[in-house]
Amino acid sequence: MPQSDVAIAVKDVVRSFETARGARFRVLDGVSFDVRRGETLVIMGGSGCGKSTLLNCLIGELSVDAGQILYRTKSMKQARDICCMSEADLNELRKHFGILFQSGALFNSMSVAENIALPLTEHSFVDPSIIDIVVTLKLQQVHMLAHRDKMPSQLSGGQKKRAGLARATALDPEILFYDEPSAGLDPVTSAAIDELMMDLSKKLRVTSVVVTHEMDSAFRIADRMVMLEKGRVLKIGTRQEFEKLRDTPPESIKEHDERLMNQFLNGYGQGPLTDAYGISEFEKLIFDGA
Amino acid sequence: MSDQVKGVASRRHAAVSAAVMAIGRAASETIDRLADAVRYVGGVVYLLVDSVVWALRGLTNPRYKFGWAALIAQMVRFGIKSIPIIIIVQLFIGLILALQMAPTLATYGQLERVAEVVGIAVIRELGPLLTAVVLSGFAGASIAAEIGAMVESEEIKALRAHALNPVRFLVVPRLLATTVMIVALAVIADYVGVLGGFLASVFVLDVPPRLYINLTQGAVQTTDFVTGLVKAGVFGAVIVLIASHEGFSVSGGPEGVGRATTATVVKSIVALIGIDALFTAVFYALGI
Repeated sequence: MPQSDVAIAVKDVVRSFETARGARFRVLDGVSFDVRRGETLVIMGGSGCGKSTLLNCLIGELSVDAGQILYRTKSMKQARDICCMSEADLNELRKHFGILFQSGALFNSMSVAENIALPLTEHSFVDPSIIDIVVTLKLQQVHMLAHRDKMPSQLSGGQKKRAGLARATALDPEILFYDEPSAGLDPVTSAAIDELMMDLSKKLRVTSVVVTHEMDSAFRIADRMVMLEKGRVLKIGTRQEFEKLRDTPPESIKEHDERLMNQFLNGYGQGPLTDAYGISEFEKLIFDGA
Repeated sequence: MSDQVKGVASRRHAAVSAAVMAIGRAASETIDRLADAVRYVGGVVYLLVDSVVWALRGLTNPRYKFGWAALIAQMVRFGIKSIPIIIIVQLFIGLILALQMAPTLATYGQLERVAEVVGIAVIRELGPLLTAVVLSGFAGASIAAEIGAMVESEEIKALRAHALNPVRFLVVPRLLATTVMIVALAVIADYVGVLGGFLASVFVLDVPPRLYINLTQGAVQTTDFVTGLVKAGVFGAVIVLIASHEGFSVSGGPEGVGRATTATVVKSIVALIGIDALFTAVFYALGI
């Protein structure tokens, strides 16, 4: 595939943490995948699979122990590794992407409109009246115009996410990151946020990277999907490929990783994921007092 | 060697090695704690340097707007709103000091000298120090809790994700506001502290008012006033830096925020006293 089609290339990323007892624990263990320009890529996995850590590494919040994360925005002649960038260069790159955090992460001391205006006032030298127009436009895109003067504490969960999304798109970014966009939302609001994401993706022609474990949401919005488990990539494929895996009856799958993914995609209570906490472990704990 | 002798020897060996290990562990823990303290001071100094750099950039570089609105908001928050507490505290301090010193001075037949004692003590020490102690709760705890809560709700991450520096946005306005306002508050504290001593002396100790004022004016010099205010400014900066450092280091949810708030007040007060002792020694050596 032509190199210019790849917006982000993740190559063999390794990230470890130290536990309280001083042991090193690999959260990301050689993760590699590409994010193609204009697509919606969903990164999914169970709790503790490393997807939040991966997202933090992608946005430059966490450093990596090994591997590369190569960014290529439209204005760059060639891809650059964010792991070797200076703070100033990283900040320049950050102006090209937007992030929707799990709870919106709105600045509580500012109103909704002020939150959206902040990136504009700080990074552009445009007249305040023009900024006002842009803020109105962004609020209208997320259907939050009626709430522009409210403080974040006065908003519901869904409204906070919409406001956070408006702020993330304030500078018309090329890449949007979503950290569990459906977390804490009822199914209807979650579907509405998904519609908004797809709408924005089409209208602004952004590349979207979505970290989630809500399967309904994932299958609604994804072009391609990446499945993580214990810091490894189990599978990268199109939504159709994952749909086929999801719809295959579990008894007919022989391969362990595929059975694991089938269990996750369907949300089954029994399978390789839950066998890990097998009866034998429980017996050992009770009877041997381990 | 008989078994009994061997047993005694091995028990003694075990006791000695246990003692040596205990000493080793204690030494290692002390060194770790010292290393932590050095790291902490380093972190606070780094925050100071970062804040000064960003403040200067904001004032000189047209690319970075200086947050005047934020600065004024913080000045009102820490300066104006704490005036009533400062007045009450200092009034009582002046009163207490005068009444406590009176009996001792009376035995030497120098009761009116209470004016000089109150004047020097309040203006050199108690005005700046107690203002700072009040602000360590009023400003310090508040800043630590605010920044800690922002860490927990990912607002700090969001600032960085928008290529906005948290030190520039959060620490610089609070640092400048507190440093400027604490000097103003110290001036108010000085006047009110002396007033407290005046009220106690005139109405309880029957010192003539004119005499009190004259003695105070005679004893207190400009250097006393200025050294007090310089100390106050440094105290204010230290409180905000410690509070910000604690706030940014928060982890572990609301409990972590609570811990940071407590740690701020405790560490601020210890640091204030330590720095005050240092200043006292330096001023004593310099004769000012």
